[in-house]
Amino acid sequence: MNHDTPDENFQIPPPERIGEERGSLTRIVQEMVFTVDHKKLGLMYIASGLLFFVVSGLMAVVIRIQLSGPRNHFVDPDTFNRLFTMHGTAMVFLVGMPIIFGFANYLVPLMIGARDMAFPRMNAFGFWVFFFSGVLLYFSYLGAPGLYAAGSAPDIGWFAYSPLTAKAFSRGHSTDYWTLSLLLGGIGSIATSINIIVTVACLRCKGMILGRMPLFVWLFLVVAFMVIIAMPPLSACQIMLILDRYCGAHFFDTQAGGSAVLWQHFFWIFGHPEVYILILPGFAITSEVIPVFSRKPIFGYPVMVAASVMIAFISLGVWAHHMFTVGMSSITNTFFAISTLLVAIPTGIKIFNWLGTMYGGKLRFELPMLFCIGFLFQFLIAGLTGVMLAIAPFDWQLNNSYFVVAHFHYVLIGGLLYTIFAGIYYWYPKALGKMPDFKLGIWHLVLFTVGFHLTFLPQHVSGALGMPRRIYTYDAGRGWDLWNLLSSIGVIFQVAGILFFVFNLIYSYVKGKKAGDDPWDAWSLEWATSSPPPSYNFETIPEVRSRRPLWDLKHPDDPDWKYE
Amino acid sequence: MTAAPAQSLEWKMPSTRKVAVISLILTESALFTIFLAAYCFYMGKSLNGPFPSQVLKFPLLATAALLSSSATVVLSEMALHRGNKGAFHLWWAVTIALGTYFLWFTGTEWNHLIFTDHLTLATNVFGTTFYSLVGLHASHVVIGLFLLTLVLVLSLLGKIPADHTEHIEMISWYWHFVDAIWVVVVTAVYIISTRF
Repeated sequence: MNHDTPDENFQIPPPERIGEERGSLTRIVQEMVFTVDHKKLGLMYIASGLLFFVVSGLMAVVIRIQLSGPRNHFVDPDTFNRLFTMHGTAMVFLVGMPIIFGFANYLVPLMIGARDMAFPRMNAFGFWVFFFSGVLLYFSYLGAPGLYAAGSAPDIGWFAYSPLTAKAFSRGHSTDYWTLSLLLGGIGSIATSINIIVTVACLRCKGMILGRMPLFVWLFLVVAFMVIIAMPPLSACQIMLILDRYCGAHFFDTQAGGSAVLWQHFFWIFGHPEVYILILPGFAITSEVIPVFSRKPIFGYPVMVAASVMIAFISLGVWAHHMFTVGMSSITNTFFAISTLLVAIPTGIKIFNWLGTMYGGKLRFELPMLFCIGFLFQFLIAGLTGVMLAIAPFDWQLNNSYFVVAHFHYVLIGGLLYTIFAGIYYWYPKALGKMPDFKLGIWHLVLFTVGFHLTFLPQHVSGALGMPRRIYTYDAGRGWDLWNLLSSIGVIFQVAGILFFVFNLIYSYVKGKKAGDDPWDAWSLEWATSSPPPSYNFETIPEVRSRRPLWDLKHPDDPDWKYE
Repeated sequence: MTAAPAQSLEWKMPSTRKVAVISLILTESALFTIFLAAYCFYMGKSLNGPFPSQVLKFPLLATAALLSSSATVVLSEMALHRGNKGAFHLWWAVTIALGTYFLWFTGTEWNHLIFTDHLTLATNVFGTTFYSLVGLHASHVVIGLFLLTLVLVLSLLGKIPADHTEHIEMISWYWHFVDAIWVVVVTAVYIISTRF
């Protein structure tokens, strides 16, 4: 890049010109609104993601209270519908997406030795568009009654199957809030993803050829490509839905020759790649954490890259496995069953490579590593139930049951959320300059793991016993009572775990011991700068000769580039 | 970093602008694909008329205008690279004129379809998918024309620095994309679907 030397004429405006002195509330707000710094935006992404996580997590708590026993009347059916819709939508679009973009924003430029993202202002635009899409979605509780005084928050499920969204069945503006929020969020995601692609393609420091990029950067490059290809179908869905609802179009109107199944196809053309958009960042974090805490370079780097690209490619052709029960032809069912099973191959390669990295390594069981080990086991279970559900006849039996709910919560909590915890503990010292507290972290790990399995393991059973998802209550004596009760008890442990997590974040910031630049003795470039990094990231742009530039620096007698 | 063998001094990265516009074109193509898929899926599935074969006529002049505007924008760029400002402005203006003619054609076509043939978005699934697909393309023509006009006006006012040729080139890339999409749209809408 051409700004290796800071402009001497550039002066930071004195703080008293706009806000009060540094640290005051107005000053902080002003900094947040005006900033185009990728690190601040990254932290803002993660912080707002965690905020929405708490809100939609509390919705899940209410759902579990309602389902804890048969014929429970904690909430009424309409509220229940809104709860699971908002919980699902928010967890995918307002928690998963912003947190992964937060990690990408914070770390990709640091890891490739750049001073910022390629388009810093577009980066800020992406964040604010996402943030307001979240506000818009939650505002539906107040705004959606609208002129018709009908409806509140959306109650159509997170995939909003037609004809539930038709004007006749969804009066008022609840569905419109959902539609516009997702349309807006999609624009923000695409802007951020284009930014990531351009940053990785154009801003790598000298010597950082593609084959030397950290796997984290590789995976986010793949994710960004998936977003720009898979997000427009969702936007197209939303545009069609608006046209149907407000201009009398017939895309999904079966009475006029339209097709409700078309919505399912279009939604899942987005929806299935979206699952991989969410889980590949989990792989990205794992691929950074496991080598560092095994004291070995990643096993099979080129194969890991190839497997990631393969997952992305296959994931674009598996969407209809969500639709085995709608009555497609056997050829279609077979095609999508086989393509879905194919995903297991690259994913299995990845799991074996992580194990291969750990094998024979000098393992250090720090918090990030422990969460990643949890991820390996839980994601394996998620993958196995995924393989089961990919087999069409099995899916005919269990589609839309709690078995599916258990499966994707093992993917998204056991898989993604555990790696997010690992990532937060791993890069916390870099971003805030303090070490996260180990004991509090262990409490978080143990309580959350117990709670997670207690909640979602029984749901495999209740699902296999025929309990459909999204029912607001059930009769006693169908064999579901015990499993639901266990599920609900698990939530208590999960909430306790999250409390420890949040407390740890605050406590360690205030009381934690200083981290230093490189507390984990790691090898990628973000650890070469100070903690927290200065706004320009690196005093001099580094030059890279191998996949582990910091190893080369620390071991000049035995550098990696001799062997790569 | 360490005493390592000298690397090749060459370290060239692609232009951020080009990668960004290519990504934008990729994401826009995905958007068009879905609307195109909807159009193709509903071919021959309208329950009532008017049907494509009754109301659609192949837009020969408009297609010729739009496709040749891709050529004129290339001529314009070649003039820019030669440093010939006059020819650049001339061919750029011709491009805008051809694009505007295309938009005018779409306007009159829609006017005729709505008021003479009584085909609207709400008439049948053909109307729904036709207006949304062709309308999506037309909206991209509008964006393209806006960008082209902006460049022409700024350039005539002398507000575009001499080293901004790549910025201008990017707008021509976008315009080529709008033209290329039309080839696909016109094939699906005016050639294939008129059999129904």
